[in-house]
Amino acid sequence: MYKSFLIKYAEIGVKGKNRYLFEEALVKQIKYALKKSEGEFAVRRTDGRIYVDALTEFDYDETVDNLQKVFGISGICPVVHVEDEGFEKLGEAVIRYIDDVYPDKHKTFKIAARRARKNYPLDSMEINRELGGIVLDAYPEMSVDVHKPDILLNVEVRDMIYLYSEIIPGPGGMPVGTGGKAMLLLSGGIDSPVAGWMIAKRGVKIDAVYFHAPPYTSERAKQKVVDLARKVSAYTGPIYLHVINFTDIQLYIYDKCPHDELTIIMRRYMMRIAEHIARQSECLGLITGESIGQVASQTMHSLAATNEVCTMPVYRPLIGFDKMEIVEISEKIDTYETSILPYEDCCTIFLAKHPVTKPNLNIIRKHEQNLHERIEELVEKAVAQEELIIVRQ
Amino acid sequence: MEVYLDNSATTRCFDEVAQLTHKILCEHYGNPSSMHHKGVEAEQYVRDARETLAKIVKVNEKEILFTSGGTESDNIALIGTAMANHRRGRHLITTRIEHPAVLQPMAYLQNQGFEVTYLPVDREGRIRLEDLERAIRPDTILVSIMHTNNEIGSLQPIAEAGALIKRCNPQTLFHVDAVQGFGKFRIYPKKMQIDMLSVSAHKIHGPKGIGFLYLREGAKVNPIMYGGGQQKGMRSGTENVAGIAGMAMAAQMVYQNLDSDMERMYGLRDMLINGVSHIEGVIINGCPGREGAAHIVSLSVRGVRSEVLLHALEERGIYVSAGSACSAHKPQPSATLKAIGVEKELLDATIRFSLSVFTTREEIEYTVQALCEMVPMLRKYTRH
Repeated sequence: MYKSFLIKYAEIGVKGKNRYLFEEALVKQIKYALKKSEGEFAVRRTDGRIYVDALTEFDYDETVDNLQKVFGISGICPVVHVEDEGFEKLGEAVIRYIDDVYPDKHKTFKIAARRARKNYPLDSMEINRELGGIVLDAYPEMSVDVHKPDILLNVEVRDMIYLYSEIIPGPGGMPVGTGGKAMLLLSGGIDSPVAGWMIAKRGVKIDAVYFHAPPYTSERAKQKVVDLARKVSAYTGPIYLHVINFTDIQLYIYDKCPHDELTIIMRRYMMRIAEHIARQSECLGLITGESIGQVASQTMHSLAATNEVCTMPVYRPLIGFDKMEIVEISEKIDTYETSILPYEDCCTIFLAKHPVTKPNLNIIRKHEQNLHERIEELVEKAVAQEELIIVRQ
Repeated sequence: MEVYLDNSATTRCFDEVAQLTHKILCEHYGNPSSMHHKGVEAEQYVRDARETLAKIVKVNEKEILFTSGGTESDNIALIGTAMANHRRGRHLITTRIEHPAVLQPMAYLQNQGFEVTYLPVDREGRIRLEDLERAIRPDTILVSIMHTNNEIGSLQPIAEAGALIKRCNPQTLFHVDAVQGFGKFRIYPKKMQIDMLSVSAHKIHGPKGIGFLYLREGAKVNPIMYGGGQQKGMRSGTENVAGIAGMAMAAQMVYQNLDSDMERMYGLRDMLINGVSHIEGVIINGCPGREGAAHIVSLSVRGVRSEVLLHALEERGIYVSAGSACSAHKPQPSATLKAIGVEKELLDATIRFSLSVFTTREEIEYTVQALCEMVPMLRKYTRH
């Protein structure tokens, strides 16, 4: 019964002169998302609105599902088209529509007409009044409430007449591509995919870097990260995933530095490498899934120690989140099940029993001196031998 | 160099078998139940396969039941027996080192109100007949003992157990999971007083998704799948003709030169064991002599996590498994290794090498060499 969707967007409505850029980006993202749906669609912008029209038969649920993954959409209204065959027919269509969508009639309603085609014989006020009367006659259980109606039935008079009342919530945020690009440090855990998703929601395009340490981490651990990136890419579009072999660097640190500082020093090198790749990929920042105090390497002291090596901004959208709150989002974006698969990642393989929780920067810096002989060569080699995987849904 | 030493997980299909299955899938693809020529042609393959397999284990053709593999064979044997005999008794016996395809149906039956006795094993992974004798009761309906253990290669005294079971309680059915033993040993259910025997094709260079259950005529067992009534109603579902024919051919091929093949495999196994046993901290699990299978070597390497060693070997092209491949999905320590008393810190440091007729001397030399080089290096980097 639905032939098109009216796309509502909240924040991009208020971006002044840049508004058209945001709208164009949103249209582009909608078109991209709809490629995954069965059927053909046209996306058009008219009168400051975006409509998705189905040109062929389509799978309603699948299409709504895909639209719900487009950042920038605040609501999706499924629209019924009615041929303009006189006001009487319109009244019949409205009665049928209410019956189809609201089996239970004990509701208040309001008609909100909008006359885009000015030569229609009735004006908006008249349409509201007349249709309201028709609905009340048809369904005596219903009553009018112009302030807080249960059903706000929109009637838009165009070439066709559009009826819609439901608003399916969208993900909100801003269209990907309007906010530059950032490099996500993606591990196999629960947090980093959520962090990437949250930043992407603000319109940021995402690239990712993953550190693996064969033979200490397995091919399946890498596959898991690819799978996670794929889940996130349902929202963000294609992700360039840089896979860095970190084994030699890690073993070298193991040989030269105190073991309780291993994780911190390792993470400092990860940040350095990530920043390097981020610059090459024209990213404007790094993203991590860190949250204060979650593990030894995420205390305020440890974060300061890992932060110090970067000049690029590091975005940590989960910094004040509890684990449960992160898990909730990961379930919503469907990364949780994959995240909890039991493969070791390179942060845990040599984890000391009692890693430092309050690293002293001076001491860390001093111990990093132990690495001066080969570390640059090893880092260069790791970066040069990166494997690039383009992940998309 | 690629060295595949994970043959207890699965084996490379014989070329001849692959060709035969291809031919059946693309040319003789009829349904054996169809009345026309294409059906008759397909049925002929099934009949021939049944005959071939029956001859190999010296049973009547009617006693071969085709299944989807070892797990299904075990499930029919256990659950089918329990369903058919629960009025007579609700007690079953098995061992602590069975494959999950036996242990999990047993756990299911326990939930359904059956009682299960789990026999312990000694350090070499063998049950003691005295334990078995003590466990058998008048209400024991089934004893299930594996022929060859999949993780450590230990062999059970099947013939002795068969005789003992029938002496203590002639009503008790005897099931043997021979998924690892078939194709390596001559197994004759009639002589060993086995009522049911599970076999899988992909462990003997046949296709995956096919196996059989020897089911002694007269043994009271219910089907667990209902449908079109194929295989006399014992296992409904259109027969996997290509798989069945492929399995029979593979079985024929592995039994053709069994003695000389096994002799050679024992030689290679001993070479591997001798080659690695002088590496510091390497312990061989199970039975190293002729009391153990020719194709399985289980090693514990002190101070090296099995997963790491596995991937390190993989980097050299050597494929092995950590514990049992079937248990690689769950990170819990192996029940078999625990049962034979492997110390706690070695449970997570155990890998399995499993050989096949394709394994060569050069491959074993290469593997020994790799282990000698790698173990000391890997031991240096550990968690503290």
